[in-house]
Amino acid sequence: MLQTNLKHIESADEHKKFIEENENVMICCGRMGPMCVPVYGIMEELEDEYTHVKFADMEFDNPDAHVIRNAPECAGFMGLPFTVYYKNGKIVKATSSIQSMEEVRAILDEHFKQ
Amino acid sequence: MEEIFDTIILGGGPAGLSAGIYASRGRMSTLILNEGTVGGQMVLTHEIANYPGVEAINGFALANIMKKQARTFGCTIKGNLRITGYDLQGDVKTIEVNGKDIYKGRSVILAPGGTPRTLDIPGEDKFKGRGISYCATCDGDFFTDKKVIVVGGGNSALEEAVSLTKYASEVTIVHQFDHFQAFEHAVNEAKANPKIRFIMESELREFSGDEKLRAVKIEYLPTGEITEMEVDGVFIFVGYKPNTEPLKDHIALNEWGEIVVDPQMRTNVEGVYAAGDCVVKRYRQVTIAVADGTIAALSAMEYVNSTKQLEQEAGQV
Ligand SMILES: Cc1cc2nc3c(=O)[nH]c(=O)nc-3n(C[C@H](O)[C@H](O)[C@H](O)COP(=O)(O)OP(=O)(O)OC[C@H]3O[C@@H](n4cnc5c(N)ncnc54)[C@H](O)[C@@H]3O)c2cc1C
Repeated sequence: MLQTNLKHIESADEHKKFIEENENVMICCGRMGPMCVPVYGIMEELEDEYTHVKFADMEFDNPDAHVIRNAPECAGFMGLPFTVYYKNGKIVKATSSIQSMEEVRAILDEHFKQ
Repeated sequence: MEEIFDTIILGGGPAGLSAGIYASRGRMSTLILNEGTVGGQMVLTHEIANYPGVEAINGFALANIMKKQARTFGCTIKGNLRITGYDLQGDVKTIEVNGKDIYKGRSVILAPGGTPRTLDIPGEDKFKGRGISYCATCDGDFFTDKKVIVVGGGNSALEEAVSLTKYASEVTIVHQFDHFQAFEHAVNEAKANPKIRFIMESELREFSGDEKLRAVKIEYLPTGEITEMEVDGVFIFVGYKPNTEPLKDHIALNEWGEIVVDPQMRTNVEGVYAAGDCVVKRYRQVTIAVADGTIAALSAMEYVNSTKQLEQEAGQV
């Protein structure tokens, strides 16, 4: 399990339920590495502000993380973490490697308007 | 009444967190404002094995311990924000955050650390995470049996190049000079590795590809000749720069943008101190940042206590 304060998704079933039950979802799939940790930190920081978005992480090496690793939107990704944004269960955006606060905010504001 | 902190610390890496621990434990009202993830470069470190008293530990875990320690003593920590304004002159210093919130402090400790340099050439943003990486330990396994380039000539570049040979079929080190800055043992290890080859006196000029990185343009500096090389990945390790650009009009920096301090960590502005990787120094390590932060906090404490005393004597408070 990742050592973050985010909700952890631990199986493909849990992933399916989470994206189906919540309208706006951001999931960061990574390891405890230098490119991933800053993204978890940003998500923890934004959780209180973006109450209409549900934030979670998923361990990249969890076999069930294939739901993210093999998503067509992540084809060509070669840098951790894979960060995926879902609206009503469908992927609306995916990014590879470290992202800044501004980059994450821009995506949340564009795709998850209140 | 508007709150005036005894000290505001800019930066929440090991220097800032240590300053926070000492200042708040010394009963100073203390605020840490951090632009990125609290922990600074420590959170970029898989394993810190040379911090005395702690056996090998993940950098994120060490940062969390320091953060908790500072909070226990009453230090307020705010992370992932943007510092948009500085007024460091006068008895009360003002820091503007996110273009709207104003924080005031009797003293300021600058601990903004450093950031990895990027190449700033066409295609770098586009292919970040699609072939361009800044961390071999994180992304090395995506390049199994592939051809990669490592850019740089310091210890990180050479050590990461060697570690990438566990995955990649071929590793080419591209370096701008005809010699390396890395320690001799790191150079020797790279030279002895049959999977590593070297392109010296050369710089990358452009990244190209489709949905993935496919090729780079390389300039041979002595002649200016440009060649194209097909490649699957590029790992960039071209050093760090101090995060002092926004401070250049407020305090004295040297020609490399490092903050000039005296042995008490005082800058040229009264009541303003600096600590960690951002100050002039030869070595940059967690232990050194922690020591700097300690000195800066103790100096700030002495300054704040003496100004408070003077104010009291003058009957101002
Ligand atoms: C990959 C890697 C591995 C390393 N391994 C080791 C090791 O094994 N052992 C060791 O001792 N050292 C190691 N180091 C070096 C060590 O991490 C640094 O020397 C140390 O973190 C410096 O601490 P600092 O507090 O000065 O700065 P930083 O750690 O850089 O922290 C500065 C913080 O300030 C924030 N900031 C920037 N600008 C501002 C601003 N204007 N206002 C507010 N906040 C700002 C930054 O976002 C950051 O969070 C490593 C570094 C790296 C990158």
